[in-house]
Amino acid sequence: MKISQKDVENVARLARLTLESENLQVMTSQMDAILGYVDKLNELDTDGIEPMAHAVPMSNAFRQDEIQPAIGIERALQNAPAFGDNCFKVPKVIE
Amino acid sequence: MNSRYEVVIGLEVHVQLTTKTKIFCGCSTEFGQSPNSQTCPVCLGLPGALPVLNRQVVEDGIKAGLATNCQIAPRSIFARKNYFYPDLPKGYQISQFELPICEHGWMDIETEELGQKRVGITRIHMEEDAGKLLHNEDNSSSVDLNRACTPLLEVVSEPDMRSSEEAIAYLKQLHQIVVYLGICDGNLEEGSFRCDANVSIRPWGQKELGTRSELKNLNSFRFIKQAIEYEVERQIDVIDEGGKVVQETRLFDPDAGVSRSMRSKEEAHDYRYFPDPDLLPLQISEDWIEQVRRQLPELPEAKIVRFQDEMGLPAYDAGVLAAERRLAEYFEVLVQLYNKPKICSNWVMGEVLGALKEKNLEIVDCPVSPELLAGILLRIDDNTISGKIAKIVFEEIWQSGKTADQVIEEKGMKQVSDTGAIEVIVDEVLAANPGQVAEYRAGKEKMMGFFVGQVMKASKGKVNPGMANQLLKKKLSE
Amino acid sequence: MKFHDLTIQEMRQKLISGELTSVELTQACLERIKATDDRLNAFITVCEEEALTAAAAADQQLAAGNAMLLTGIPVAVKDIFNTLDVRTTCGSKILDNYISPYDATAIVKLREQGAIIVGKLNMDEFAMGSSNENSAAGAVHNPWDTERVPGGSSGGSAAAVAAGQVVAALGTDTGGSVRQPASHCGVVGLKPTYGRVSRYGVVAFASSLDQVGPLAGNVEDCALMLGVVAGYDPADSTSVDCPVPDYLENLKEGVAGKKIGLPKEYFIDGLDSDIKQAVAAAIETYHQLGAEIVEVSLPHTDYSVASYYLIAMAEASSNLARFDGVRFGIRQDAGEGLIGMYQQTRTAGFGDEVKRRIMLGTYALSSGYYDAYYLKAQKVRTLIRQDFHDVFEQVDLLLTPVAPTPAFKIGAMVNNPLQMYLSDIFTIPTNLAGTCAMSLPCGFSGEGLPIGLQLIGKPFAEAEMLQAAYAFEQATDWNKRVPEL
Repeated sequence: MKISQKDVENVARLARLTLESENLQVMTSQMDAILGYVDKLNELDTDGIEPMAHAVPMSNAFRQDEIQPAIGIERALQNAPAFGDNCFKVPKVIE
Repeated sequence: MNSRYEVVIGLEVHVQLTTKTKIFCGCSTEFGQSPNSQTCPVCLGLPGALPVLNRQVVEDGIKAGLATNCQIAPRSIFARKNYFYPDLPKGYQISQFELPICEHGWMDIETEELGQKRVGITRIHMEEDAGKLLHNEDNSSSVDLNRACTPLLEVVSEPDMRSSEEAIAYLKQLHQIVVYLGICDGNLEEGSFRCDANVSIRPWGQKELGTRSELKNLNSFRFIKQAIEYEVERQIDVIDEGGKVVQETRLFDPDAGVSRSMRSKEEAHDYRYFPDPDLLPLQISEDWIEQVRRQLPELPEAKIVRFQDEMGLPAYDAGVLAAERRLAEYFEVLVQLYNKPKICSNWVMGEVLGALKEKNLEIVDCPVSPELLAGILLRIDDNTISGKIAKIVFEEIWQSGKTADQVIEEKGMKQVSDTGAIEVIVDEVLAANPGQVAEYRAGKEKMMGFFVGQVMKASKGKVNPGMANQLLKKKLSE
Repeated sequence: MKFHDLTIQEMRQKLISGELTSVELTQACLERIKATDDRLNAFITVCEEEALTAAAAADQQLAAGNAMLLTGIPVAVKDIFNTLDVRTTCGSKILDNYISPYDATAIVKLREQGAIIVGKLNMDEFAMGSSNENSAAGAVHNPWDTERVPGGSSGGSAAAVAAGQVVAALGTDTGGSVRQPASHCGVVGLKPTYGRVSRYGVVAFASSLDQVGPLAGNVEDCALMLGVVAGYDPADSTSVDCPVPDYLENLKEGVAGKKIGLPKEYFIDGLDSDIKQAVAAAIETYHQLGAEIVEVSLPHTDYSVASYYLIAMAEASSNLARFDGVRFGIRQDAGEGLIGMYQQTRTAGFGDEVKRRIMLGTYALSSGYYDAYYLKAQKVRTLIRQDFHDVFEQVDLLLTPVAPTPAFKIGAMVNNPLQMYLSDIFTIPTNLAGTCAMSLPCGFSGEGLPIGLQLIGKPFAEAEMLQAAYAFEQATDWNKRVPEL
C-alpha cells in the first residue's frame, strides 16, 4: 500500500473535504492505484535536472504602480452567500 | 539579565509598503475606506483572476535589502502558501519561500547596556497581506478584503538578540530605516509595521537553542518589550517547575499584560508551499540594483556622522535631527538658506519641535517652512529684530503663514537702532527712576540689568539691547 | 432557415452583402440548439436574450459598414470562461449560482471582433475529465452516436460545433481537452502554445498547463478564431509578448518540402486498428503532398501521464482552494462552525473526480512527499520538454494519433480513473512541453465514429501547423461529413 486510510483522512482534513467511510475506502484504493502508477517516475534518474515550473521560460512580468478602478462594493458582494455591512459574513472564526 | 538562562530572540517584521496599489492588482491601498470598496476580481480571489506583480514592490524590496546589507538575489520566485482562512481569498497566500529577494544581511544596533552589536538578517521576502476579520455579536465574523493583497516585506532576523532591549533597539532601527527609505509609513497602530518575536531560553553556555514560542500581535514597542519579558519569565517558570517549553504561537494581551496560547489544539500546519505557476521568476540585474542604489536616500547613520563632521553639530543634536527623515530634510533645507548650522539646530530642536509637540503635529505639517524660518534668522542677523522678538515673530508666522518681513512690518516690531530715539527712552527711564540711578551711581552696578529691562519694556522690546546698554552706561556715568 | 453548414467566412460574406442579418443567423442558431440539445446536452446556459440584443447591434454595425472579423456571427464558449453578468458554472455544483462580474480576456477579444455569444458550453467539472461525464449539468452526448461520450473536458464545445449548433467555439486544453473531444466529434480543435492566448478570466485547473483553444468545422475557421483570441495580455503574467501573425494569410502555403516526424512512442501496440489505419492513410496523404516523413523518438513519452497528473493535480488542489463558500458559490452550513462550513460546502459542491484530484494534489504537495512526487514530476517535465526541443531540431512538425480509441460508451470507464488518465497519453506531452498541437478529422471507425489526427508544431509555430492542416483538409473530405441528428 502506498497510502493508508489514515493518510487519506489527514489529506482530506487539509483539503477541507469530508469522506464518509465508504467513500474513504474507495478513495484510498483509487489514490493507492494512481500513486502506484506514478511511482514509475522513479525509473528515471533526475539528478541535476532543473525542475520546470513554467511551460515557457520567461521572467519579469510587471505592472506599474498605477491605480485601476475597483470593481465596486455591489459587484464585489453580488455572489456572496451571506453578507452585511458591506462585508462577507462567515460563521464565527475562533482564534 | 538572568543569572541562569540566556535569552535568545529572533524577530520577524512585516513591513507594509506605501505603494499606491496592491502587490498583484491595481486596487488602491488607502487605509480606512469602506469595507470591500477597494477590491477587484484579483484581490477578491474570484475564479479565473490572475496576479501581476507591482514593479514598485520589487524596487522597495531591493531598497530594503541594500539598506540592511543584504545580497539581492539575481533570481527569486514566488510561492503559494496554502491554508484556509476567511481573510485569505484564494485559499493561499502568495509569498516567497525558496529564493527570496534578499538574504544574508545585517544591521548594527546599539544599546546602552552593551554598546554596538551586529544582528544578522536571514532574509527579506515579498508577500501579500490578508484581509481583515471583524467578529460580530451574532456568532458570525465579517470579512473586509480592502487590505487583502496589500504588499508586505517580511524581514526575518537571525536569533541574535539576547534581551528585550536589544530587540527594541533592532526594531527601532529597522523602523527608522524603512521610514527613511520612504517604503513604509511606520504606523504601528494601523499595522504598517508588525512584529512577531521568537523567544527561547537556554542555560548559559549551551549551544543548542531552546524550544521557542512565537509571540504575535505586538503593535507597539512598549508591548513588544512587555511581551518578551513576560515570555522569558514564563519560560523560566515552566522549566523551574520541571516542565518543558512547547513550541507554540502565543497572543499577547496588552491590557492584561499576559500572553495566551493560540491554535495549539488545532492540527499542525502543512502549508504545501510550491512555486506559483501564475507568476514568473524575478530576475534582478546588477544594473537594476545599481539604479536603485543611486536612488537610496542617505541613511540616518551616515547623516549623523555628516552633521557632526561637516556641520560641527554636537552628537546629541545630530542624533535628534537625523532621527526622522522629514525632520532632517527640514533642517538641511534651512541650513542651505541660513548657513549657521548650530543656530539652525537650536531653532529646529527648540522652537520648531516644541511647537509641533504642543500642537501634536508632524514635521511635514509644520506651518513655518524652512524658508519662513530662515527669513526670521536673517532678520536677527541684520539687527532688524532681537532674538526675543524673533520668537514672537515665529509664533505670528505659525498663526498667519506670513513672511517674517511682513509680520515685522505690520506689527511694527522693527528694532529701534536710531540713537536719538533710544536716547529719548533712556532719558525717560532714568528720570522715572531716580532712586535706582542713585544706587547705581553709588556702585551697585547690578542695577544695569534693571535699566535695560525698563528700556526694553518701555519700547515693547524693540530697542536694540546692545545700544540701550551702551547709552545707559554713557548717561549714568555723566 | 438552415445555416449550420456554412463556414465563418461564408456567414461573414452573407452578412456583409446583406443577404443575411445577424438576427436571422442568431435566431437560426438558437433554433438549432433548441432542436438538438435535448439529445446532446452541449449547453449549460443559452443566452437567448443577450444574444439577440447583441445581434441587433451587430446588424447596425454591419449596416454602417463596420464589419470586424466576427461581427454578427454566433459562437459559444466553454462554461469555464468568465462572462460578465452571465452564469459561469465550470460544470460544477459549487458554482451553480455564480454570476461573473467580469469578462475573461478571450471573451473581450471575441466581443471586440463582434462575435455574438449565444451560450456557455458543457464541460467536465473544472475541466477535469476526458469524457464530459463529470459535469454537474449532466453528461454530453456525442452527436455521431448519442450513447457515446464526446470526449472531454471541452465536450460541449466539440459536440456543439459537430452538431452545427454553432460554427465555432472556445474550449480549454490542459492535457488534451480541446484536441481529444475535437477528435471524438470530428471537428478541428487547436491547442496554442502556452502563453499564446491569455488565461485571464479562465477558471484555472492547472495553471502551468491550461491554454485556451478554438474548435471549428474546418481549419480556416479555426485559424480565424485563433487570430481573434491570441495575443499578449498584461493581465496574464504568463502570456507571451510576441506578435500574432495573420494565420489566414499564408494558409495555402502547402507542406511540400516540410519534414514531418512520426514519434515511434506514439505508434504503440494498444492502438485501435481503425485509428492505426486512418493515421497511416494520413501519413500517405502527406507524403503525396510532398512532405518528407521520418521516424523520430520522444524517449520520455511513457512518463508523461505520471508527470502530468502529479503536476496538474497539485496545481488544481491549490487553484480550487478559493471555492470555500465565503465570497461566491453555493454554501453549505449545518451550523458546525467555520471549518464545518468549509468541509460541507466543498464536500457537497465538488464531484468525485474533482475531489480525487484535489486529494492527490494535496498529498503530492504535502510535507514529506513534495520531493518524491511534485518536484520529481517537474524534473521529468524538463526531460519531456527537452525531447520536443531535440526532435524539433530534426523536423518541422510531428504527426500522431490524438487518442488510442474512438469515443467510448458513456459509463464505460467511470470506475477506473487510472485507465481514463492513460487514454490521454498522446495529448498530454505537448501540454507539458508547452508547444502547440491540433486535432483534425482524418477518418471514421468501422462503427462510423470520427477519428482525429494530431499535428504538433514548434512553440509559437501555429501558422506553420495550420498550413499543414489546411493542406490535408484540402486533400481529403473528412471534415465535410456531418452527423445526422
